[in-house]
Amino acid sequence: MKKFDPEDIKVILATDCGSTTTKAILIEHRDGEYRLIVRGEAPTTVEAPFEDVTMGVLNAIGEVEELSGRKILDSNNKIITPAKDKTGTDIYISTSSAGGGLQMMVAGVVRSMTAESAERAAMTAGAIVMDVIASNDKRLPHEQIERIRHLRPDMILLSGGIDGGTTTHVAELAELIAAADPKPRLGSGYNLPVIYAGNVDAREAVKETLEDKTALDIVDNLRPVLERENLLPAREKIHDLFMEHVMAQAPGYSKLMTWTDAPIMPTPGAVGLIIKIIADLENIEAVGVDIGGATTDIFSVFRPGGAEGIFNRTVSANLGMSYSVSNVFAEATLPNVMRWVPFDMDERDLRNRVKNKMIRPTTIPQTLEELILEQAIAKEALRLAFIQHKSFATVLKGVQQQRTIADAFEQTTSGATLVNMMSLNMLVGSGGVLSHAPRRQQAALMLIDAFLPEGVTRLAVDSIFMMPQLGVLSTLHQKAATEVFNKDCLIHLGTCVAPRGEGKADREVMSYVVELPDAKRETGALKFGQMKLIKLGMDKNGQPIKAKAEFHPARGFDLGRGSGNKIEGTVSGGVVGLILDARGRPFVLPTDAKTRVAKLKEWMLELNIYDKDLLEKLIKQY
Amino acid sequence: MSHAYTPGLRVTNKTKITKKRILPLKGDVVVAVGDKVSPNSVVARTEIPGPVEPINVANILGVPPEDVAEAMLKKEGEAVEQGEVIARSKSFFGLFTSAAKAKISGTIENISHITGQVLLRGAPMPVEVKAYLEGEVTEVFENEGVAVTTWGAFMQGIFGIGGEAYGKIKIVSKTNKDILSEKEIDNSCKGCVIVGGSLVTADGLKKAIAVGAVGIVVGGFNDKDLRDFLGYDLGVAITGSEGKGISLVVTEGFGEIMMAQKTYDMLKAHAGKLACINGATQIRAGVIRPEVVIPSLENISKADQVLQQENVGLEVGSPIRIIREPYFGRLGKVVGLPAPLQKLESESHARVLEAEFPDGTKAIIPRANVEALEE
Repeated sequence: MKKFDPEDIKVILATDCGSTTTKAILIEHRDGEYRLIVRGEAPTTVEAPFEDVTMGVLNAIGEVEELSGRKILDSNNKIITPAKDKTGTDIYISTSSAGGGLQMMVAGVVRSMTAESAERAAMTAGAIVMDVIASNDKRLPHEQIERIRHLRPDMILLSGGIDGGTTTHVAELAELIAAADPKPRLGSGYNLPVIYAGNVDAREAVKETLEDKTALDIVDNLRPVLERENLLPAREKIHDLFMEHVMAQAPGYSKLMTWTDAPIMPTPGAVGLIIKIIADLENIEAVGVDIGGATTDIFSVFRPGGAEGIFNRTVSANLGMSYSVSNVFAEATLPNVMRWVPFDMDERDLRNRVKNKMIRPTTIPQTLEELILEQAIAKEALRLAFIQHKSFATVLKGVQQQRTIADAFEQTTSGATLVNMMSLNMLVGSGGVLSHAPRRQQAALMLIDAFLPEGVTRLAVDSIFMMPQLGVLSTLHQKAATEVFNKDCLIHLGTCVAPRGEGKADREVMSYVVELPDAKRETGALKFGQMKLIKLGMDKNGQPIKAKAEFHPARGFDLGRGSGNKIEGTVSGGVVGLILDARGRPFVLPTDAKTRVAKLKEWMLELNIYDKDLLEKLIKQY
Repeated sequence: MSHAYTPGLRVTNKTKITKKRILPLKGDVVVAVGDKVSPNSVVARTEIPGPVEPINVANILGVPPEDVAEAMLKKEGEAVEQGEVIARSKSFFGLFTSAAKAKISGTIENISHITGQVLLRGAPMPVEVKAYLEGEVTEVFENEGVAVTTWGAFMQGIFGIGGEAYGKIKIVSKTNKDILSEKEIDNSCKGCVIVGGSLVTADGLKKAIAVGAVGIVVGGFNDKDLRDFLGYDLGVAITGSEGKGISLVVTEGFGEIMMAQKTYDMLKAHAGKLACINGATQIRAGVIRPEVVIPSLENISKADQVLQQENVGLEVGSPIRIIREPYFGRLGKVVGLPAPLQKLESESHARVLEAEFPDGTKAIIPRANVEALEE
């Protein structure tokens, strides 16, 4: 890594290579501060005919040049450094998640025992399990080898045998993997990761067979005795290896590495840094999400019992809005996606649309109908990714699950989750579907519907999807990253106030008094199932306006101080405002189609989510 | 973003195609460089040990395990036929006898004096790799396999299912717009790669399997039919091992969408010729697309190769296809490329173009939602 004197850095070029889109930003030091100047984007070029991620980078930089008037590339398409007048940049840095999702193979001795435990470990780590190889799966060795070669997994999890049991079968499985000589699907610069989580006695044999041919990692046996499963070590190793070694890889990655002035950081690593900084600066609990084309990454900082913040991050490897959109649909199921859409669509047509988005990932919604559908899918992707995050972010790491033979196939998670929606202070969204939502209200509602915050929670969104670049920049030039983050990146949407509790349609949930800055006072009460938007915007300096407020939940409803107990304090506004959500927690949409559509419409109109006339026309049309 | 990222699918009439054909385990290569091969030619083979069949001889004969060796009529390493008596015991002065028979043909692998079990090893099983293409062996990888090269037409689809297959090309849909349904498919399609137009129906697919067609190349397919056909919802597009009795190559996308004229014309020009197809698809970075290879075996000079598609930007007059609603699948041409961002109905601001359709109507479309068509 190059060494810099931060004082010398006046122009910064940063890119983020996503699975679908490559984003470039240009930061300059002007009038004593670092500011975002322009942003350019271009499709990521991991597919034929280019199959070279640097092509997309050049295209995105080209757009930055066009928009800024700064010449950054020379006639050989090399980045000009250092900056001089309207030419070049002082540093170039990048993040990458271009490799997309995680597809794994797992292997175990007995299909219904260790192999199934391994499959569960992989699935709960967010991977798609392409195949399960077992000693007793009735396939012949050459068929199993063919399968490994054909599928080109990103990683293999090998398990098998209880500790102290027979080692022969595990050794045979290792030999099988070695014979297949699996190559990673992207890039030749690294070996295929293989995780061994089987019988401790077979470790040496596995090491001998696989150490030279693969990137072998050994973790605790995921089934140390027959009736006990211990998935966490394998699950966490899968997750870490994916984030650090698989997702950033892409065709042309090694070329890009020679261009950057600092090591390329995996996108979630960079966004995680930013979320951690936000939480630490204000000493708050925060959840951040970055929803991409292939993956959805969630980050959280919670402080149970006022303790020091505990940071967690998860990458849901196959939940996303383009390459993985079809998988969101498959995992969430059609009814769950369509529950957010206030009109019916023909299933055949709908399915084709989703698949076409998968095979042509850079298309954008032109009509309102398409936008509503895309945002419905995003809500489900976020919801599913958050479920995964909650199961990872647990109090007791490494707790083993005691199982009986009867329930040996129902392993879920271990330890209580750290995620506490009532104590959460801030929810931050990033990623194309959130950052580029035509109305900021849409981003706010997507966050609320997917994460279901409780109590009082501030909402924010990445203005133009540049948190990854700022994350990596923070490791090199904290001042530039912080200034751009505060002034150009974080858009305060407002605050959501949502009591926990359940009720019936005509029952009062909460009364409120908000002292608005112009000496006006907003008072009222919400019935169960209602939402209300109170305008509370931004001040002249671009900071959220604060207001004194009092919320009094009805009996059976809780805003953090217990059932029926009033809370008072200061709430922050934002470009959307103060959103009062009396739909109850847990949140349940009406099952009757007519009522559901009526409620969706009511909330969309109250929060000014879509154009009223177009929305009504659309609902009438179906 | 000013333009769409259209997956760069290759459709070319003249190119060199090379495929590696590798054994899963080390074995023997049975062809040499320069040998002519057809899709069904075996290029490399090996044998894997046969299955093991344990026979509890001690139990069958009612003797202690340590006496099994004495009762054996066959020794370790000897060949036996299925049903052949491999051990016999005598008792009560030889009046009563018991016999243990071989359950499979093979060799005696092991006689255990501890468990009284005899392990029979079945005959070795051959594993073969075939050429897949009609062409020439151009490289031999010792003990592993070969590279087979051919000249010919090469087309990539956008999505497919099923593995390698080959057969004669039969044009069933009369135009690239026609729907391929069961009515058009009859016994004459047996062993053929059927070419359809804009869509193959679920019934059409079933009929094709029933008559023994080996593959279908078609413009579109409904995802709902795909789910019903596979029996599950395909979340991540990794296909090729479905084993449904047919390989499908979809050239354009999901739904009814006419096959690109160039692709259809090329297939039509080769009607009756051999096509080698593979539906295997992996839509992720490091993408694998389904393919159709039509070997011609002519000696085409390198100058004739048309390999790379140029990434030409859109210009006024460029023929285009719209790849997203509300005009999904429609063809037209660019009549305007306004520079400023424009507000769409969805309220997004995007770079757009003005398209004119064959009926003379015009529409504003985001540039990200079109793909350029080759003329």
